[in-house]
Amino acid sequence: MASRLTRRIFPHPLLTLLLTLVWCMLINTPSTGAVAFGLILGILIPILTAAYWPQRPLMRRPYRMVSYILIVVWDIVLANVQVALIVLFKSNARMKPNWVCIPLDLRTPEAIAILAGTITLTPGTVSADLSDEGHSLLVHALDAPDPDAVRDDIKHRYERRLKEIFE
Amino acid sequence: MMEAAEILVSALIVIGALFILVGSYGLLKLDSPMSRLHAPTKSGTLGVGSTLAASMVYAFVWGVGSVHELLIMAFLFVTAPVSAMFIAKVAIHRRRVAVEPPSPPEDSTWATKAAPVAEENA
Repeated sequence: MASRLTRRIFPHPLLTLLLTLVWCMLINTPSTGAVAFGLILGILIPILTAAYWPQRPLMRRPYRMVSYILIVVWDIVLANVQVALIVLFKSNARMKPNWVCIPLDLRTPEAIAILAGTITLTPGTVSADLSDEGHSLLVHALDAPDPDAVRDDIKHRYERRLKEIFE
Repeated sequence: MMEAAEILVSALIVIGALFILVGSYGLLKLDSPMSRLHAPTKSGTLGVGSTLAASMVYAFVWGVGSVHELLIMAFLFVTAPVSAMFIAKVAIHRRRVAVEPPSPPEDSTWATKAAPVAEENA
């Protein structure tokens, strides 16, 4: 009974936390008032929007998201330098742009969206399309002589971690 | 202390500007629509990220501090891949890609190709 009531008030506890945090960051000066109003928004918005997001994913290990974000940021910095060198010093003729197909083990739509976003943010690869049933992802690589290596790298580095977080 | 912060802020701004320059140069230099797509997504991440980091360091050392930059980065990182994906989908849909993508390992076809072909003279 009590747990059902808590779930009524907090249909999405992580979203509540995130909204409160974003509100405090928007206000930009730490104060009790900002936290209080942020909490009010953080409680009201998930209740009002719960009906439009019925099959929200249960994040099993949300704390692992922190290490995932740190890994992605590190990869973005590293790959940016690599791609900058490719763009500056490699002639178009010697570049090998390639399509890479990634069969997905992920089934949660939100997790697939995060994976596709990660692939686009890390330089050198852009996620281009999803198959009609959503079981594989099409990625374009700027310079990939070996598409299988790119596929294995993405599957091992990002998809495995997202699967641990979401499924 | 102040001098170290000054050097850090200047270095971050120069690095950011450098990556934005490389991104714009890549947009001119690369030859196919899909390859061109790679250039701006890069300057959008490290270029803007580094400039915003410089702004944050400046605010914390000389002012009262600001975390708006983190929000800008977060929103940019969430929205940039969406527009990149839409540009890629248009390129595939209008058959503007140098090499047609291979068929998917699972399922019958790519979502964009499941739609009827666009009229070229539209």
